[in-house]
Amino acid sequence: MASCSTIPTIREAQASRYIATNMNSIILLSALGLGNLFLGFRRSNRLLLPVMMLILGLVLTVNFLDWNQGPQSFFSGMLIVDNFSVAFTGIVLLTALVLVPFSQKYVLDEEANLAEYYSLLLFSMVGAIMLASYNHLLMLFLGIEILSVAMYVLAGSDKRNLRSNEAALKYFLMGAFFTGILLFGMALVYGATGTFELSSISFAVQNPVNESLRPMLYIGMLLMLLGIGFKVGAAPFHFWTPDVYEGTPTFFTAFMSTVVKTAGFAAFLKLLVQVFPAATAQGVWLPTLTAMCVLTLLVGNVGAVAQTSVKRMLAYSSISHAGYLLVALVAFNGALEGASANGILFYSLAYSLATVSAFGVLKLVADARHREDYAGFNGLAKTNPLLAFSLTVSMLSLAGIPLTGGFFGKFFVFMAAVENGYIGLVIFALLMSMVSIYYYLRPIIAMYMRAADVDTAEAVPVTTFQSGALLVLALLTVLLGVLPGLIAGVL
Amino acid sequence: MDQNIPQVIQTVPLQYYVFFATALFSIGVLGVLTRRNAIIIFMSVELMLNAVNVLLVAFSAFRSDPNGQVFVFFIMAVAAAEVAVGLAIIVMIYRNIQSTDVNLLSRLKF
Repeated sequence: MASCSTIPTIREAQASRYIATNMNSIILLSALGLGNLFLGFRRSNRLLLPVMMLILGLVLTVNFLDWNQGPQSFFSGMLIVDNFSVAFTGIVLLTALVLVPFSQKYVLDEEANLAEYYSLLLFSMVGAIMLASYNHLLMLFLGIEILSVAMYVLAGSDKRNLRSNEAALKYFLMGAFFTGILLFGMALVYGATGTFELSSISFAVQNPVNESLRPMLYIGMLLMLLGIGFKVGAAPFHFWTPDVYEGTPTFFTAFMSTVVKTAGFAAFLKLLVQVFPAATAQGVWLPTLTAMCVLTLLVGNVGAVAQTSVKRMLAYSSISHAGYLLVALVAFNGALEGASANGILFYSLAYSLATVSAFGVLKLVADARHREDYAGFNGLAKTNPLLAFSLTVSMLSLAGIPLTGGFFGKFFVFMAAVENGYIGLVIFALLMSMVSIYYYLRPIIAMYMRAADVDTAEAVPVTTFQSGALLVLALLTVLLGVLPGLIAGVL
Repeated sequence: MDQNIPQVIQTVPLQYYVFFATALFSIGVLGVLTRRNAIIIFMSVELMLNAVNVLLVAFSAFRSDPNGQVFVFFIMAVAAAEVAVGLAIIVMIYRNIQSTDVNLLSRLKF
């Protein structure tokens, strides 16, 4: 579907680059995901986990072949692969790679359809990649749907468990509802500008042909903002997050709160930077976005304080981190290479690493002890020093303590905001992150200072893959905190 | 039929399509917010998606730009995929609690 209004530079770029490269990661993920399904015919599940890790490692390597190759466009400029999309795809794939070892329980479970779970994860990552590289609103829509439909299924994968069922239904109904709102917004924007192409929309927004269409454009933009705000779990559209995250099996919750959120923010950033950058349009976006940001920070942090379940606390914590990322979006400075984009990239990486390790430890402890409250962690430092250590590192990183990746993530995001003059917002975010230290320290106190009771006296079983993944995660988190220059400013 | 379809569509002014689609969309939103049966909520969501389709086709015909109509095909395909997944989820819940009333699902509280 060739777009009539494609700007010439994209056409030329496409003609010269089409043969040279292709969308390696998308094609590989789809093909290997299908192949992975056939492995499910074997009676034993034991091969699946190593194969899945191999697939993700392979795609991760292939993905970085496109690094610094300049923007390449596909499908008549509907997808654009540049450093921005390669970097975010890298985060998504790396997160998935370190996450899969925690699915070990399913390998031994006769009831679980592990090959299907893995293939759905692979397919949903195709959606995440599209969200990081779209250049056309159709691709944004398809990316969100590919990502979400797979997650609806995985949220309900524990078929006999009513909580899992309910999470799936809630996620599905709310997700479909907000997709409708997003689409209505897109249709109105199309009506006002006559195109779906990002650069052409941005041109039409800045050079309006017909002033009377302006209200339609603004309503469309606001509806799109609501739709995407729901997908990243920003307040006031966060209400589904705690319920869905708590009901979903922990392995998939970890995937939702990292991969889905990272991809959502990549899409959000692209939309802000490439579609609605005009000063007039900011008059609509910015107040709404700032209000959403303040509300998200407040709801996430205050909500997390009140929780008794660690899983629910992590759900609220993921809302609050969406708030910190929104601070960077509010302060975006107009280019995908700017301080905001780099801040979001670093923050997403640090947040994903810490969250995967937090959910990983939670899953191991909850599977062994059948409880998800803080007291379930009592005495973990004695029985499982490695688990206690990696949970401590991840909690400190999420709280933003120096020497961890989370500190520099917050630092870059807040710096970008201060440079653009949003000092009040940064002070508020700092206050909120002080609140967050309270609930992030609670599991650490339980692990190191409380004695084990009858339920928690036994060690939690951990496999080699899992301890390896936890060590890598803790190492990367500390590495990001000591040498932030490795990732900062790469875009 | 010696008139082609875009010309037929253009015999009605564009505002009427916008009002119609907005009304249809609002009915869908109201349905989602007020009804308690999962299947009816789901039907309301489909109504919202079809309001979007009407709007896209109208804009597309008035602007003589095929993009909007192609978008509609994608929305239809994705909506069909969503229906498959959504009905499967509703059937799964019905097997467990013999009802599709969303109020009965209160294990997870806000």
